[in-house]
Amino acid sequence: MTHSEAELSPAHPKKSFVQTLELDLRLLGMIGAFAILCIGFDLVTGGRFLTPRNIFNLTIQTVSVAIMATGMVFVIVTRHIDLSVGALLATCSAVMAMTQTEILPNMLGLGLGHPLIPWVTIVFGILVGTLIGAFHGWLVGYLTIPAFIVTLGGLLIWRNVGWYMTSGKTIGPLDPTFMKFGGINGTLGATWSWVAGLLALAAALYGLWASRKNKLRHGFPVKPLWAEGVLAALISGAILGFVAILNAYEVPLARLKRDFEAQGLTLPEGYTEAYGIPISVLLLIFIAVGMTMLARRTRLGRYIFAAGGNPDAAELSGINTRLLTVKIFALMGALCAISAVVASARLTNHSNDIGTLDELRVIAAAVIGGTALAGGFGTIHGAILGALIMQSLQSGMAMVGVDAPLQNIVVGAVLVLAVLIDILYRRKTGAR
Amino acid sequence: MIDRTGTPLVEMRDICISFGGVHAVDHVSVNLYPGEVVGLLGHNGAGKSTLIKILSGAYRMDSGEIRINGERAEIHNPRDARRYNIETIYQTLALADNLDAASNLFLGRELVTPFGLVDDDAMEAETRKIMARLNPNFKKFNEPVSALSGGQRQSVAIARAVYFDARILIMDEPTAALGPHETQMVAELIEQLKAQGIGIFLISHDIHDVMKLCDRASVMKNGQLVGTVDVDKVTDDDLLGMIILGKHPGEQAEA
Repeated sequence: MTHSEAELSPAHPKKSFVQTLELDLRLLGMIGAFAILCIGFDLVTGGRFLTPRNIFNLTIQTVSVAIMATGMVFVIVTRHIDLSVGALLATCSAVMAMTQTEILPNMLGLGLGHPLIPWVTIVFGILVGTLIGAFHGWLVGYLTIPAFIVTLGGLLIWRNVGWYMTSGKTIGPLDPTFMKFGGINGTLGATWSWVAGLLALAAALYGLWASRKNKLRHGFPVKPLWAEGVLAALISGAILGFVAILNAYEVPLARLKRDFEAQGLTLPEGYTEAYGIPISVLLLIFIAVGMTMLARRTRLGRYIFAAGGNPDAAELSGINTRLLTVKIFALMGALCAISAVVASARLTNHSNDIGTLDELRVIAAAVIGGTALAGGFGTIHGAILGALIMQSLQSGMAMVGVDAPLQNIVVGAVLVLAVLIDILYRRKTGAR
Repeated sequence: MIDRTGTPLVEMRDICISFGGVHAVDHVSVNLYPGEVVGLLGHNGAGKSTLIKILSGAYRMDSGEIRINGERAEIHNPRDARRYNIETIYQTLALADNLDAASNLFLGRELVTPFGLVDDDAMEAETRKIMARLNPNFKKFNEPVSALSGGQRQSVAIARAVYFDARILIMDEPTAALGPHETQMVAELIEQLKAQGIGIFLISHDIHDVMKLCDRASVMKNGQLVGTVDVDKVTDDDLLGMIILGKHPGEQAEA
């Protein structure tokens, strides 16, 4: 029946530490590169890069691109591409800006500041994004126009639909609740951040335990207990460390004073308040978990990867690959709309050039994160890490004072280099 | 001996399909009885794979009729074919190289948990069971099938076809990529499936395979059916004559 590791071991050399933990080497490599990058910038800037404040800023700057990158993974895995995400973000942002400042308060007469406004706006924005995405998917899947062309057209069209709708004006200020999704304007504070962190920790540990129990039930080989322990410790350290860092960033005194005065109070002596986890980061975490579940544990996800690995096989297995394409692009559209919420809320207004060049950042994030353009391979956490690496590189260079053109040259070179390393790694491990 | 007095398991009548003016399959009729193996012979491009892809739902015929157990069947796509318990082992194997054996075996028919999530562990357990029967040497359950040898990949494709209670099995060149030992395993499997009353269409261009494994052989040339013969009543040369010259051996009547 089951073949335990002991039976096989004479033929195999002893497993290394990393193999026993069953960690993804590729992921470790990326984390290592990221760590070197961060430490390098920290040294060059004299300790200004790895401060709670800068880490906080990095996370909120990454969210918008990272959210879209999770969707781009599915698009690229199925051998398509979406060049229109930045433009689609702009259209969704314009639609939502108009909805919350013009349509709902004035035309429908809810009045500014009505509690329903942000929620109706967000739902409507996601609906618009989903529909536009589904339309792209229909053109690609059913009318068999290459995705490159459909979304290249989309890039021009949606960028300018957004412009046309707002007549090119910057629209703001946005609804105060809506702006809580932007980052610094909406954070959990210290206490709730710890609560969120502990909940995440509990969920992660339960996940480890349930997976082990299930494997044992079927009689499959499992990791030694000490390896599970090390893994659990690593996860706990990462989650709690992350919360601790974000909680270490305190609201500046001047701002606290202003907030207190706004409520007619005076700031007590020695009072401090931490920002904690931004709501936008929490949103990204939920999306990342949801998308990972979708990729690994649902039929839809299985079909996405099957169709990416071998489209003919997927079709012959009875998978409706055309409808699948529509679903993938619709999901991409929905994620663009969610990114539009975060991006416009962070800027506190909708501006004409919002999301410009985001398509390149999103594709680069997915590709640096190990999504293979040939299809079939890619992970959600890789894409998010890719987005984080890109953003760190960009803000690190800005902090060091690298000239703007040089920054872009470096980012471009890093993208090409990352793909080269990936190709060499795959060739070496024989995984195509 | 095959009992051909009852209703055929499959009847394909007067099937036509053309691609851009080329008659790939031109008024072809074949049938298949339970527990029977019918070989489809012909050169490359004779239309045998095309004919069979109509039955498996990969192509839609232009005209003609398919009857399963005497009842008219509507097969428009691979999902329809699967509903009629028609399973196919394609020449290309039709495996998603980036997925592991279990994911390929259950592709399109995943086992799910009560919450509707795919149950990978249950699928792996089932895959281990059927592989223990089909190919006991198979061990690479957690690797993508791109890491498997030709024979191992073939056994995944075969496992997929036989796992889901096929009644009609289509094998397109099942032994083309196999060594002698594995070819023998396929031959044994075919005997086993025949005994269970499964009907098998075996596409091959190897006459010896057909002579050894099949009960009847239908020969195609240039999209048309040359004829169908009882394998016991013909020689290798008769079959060769049919394949190369399109010549029907005189006394044999259409089956």
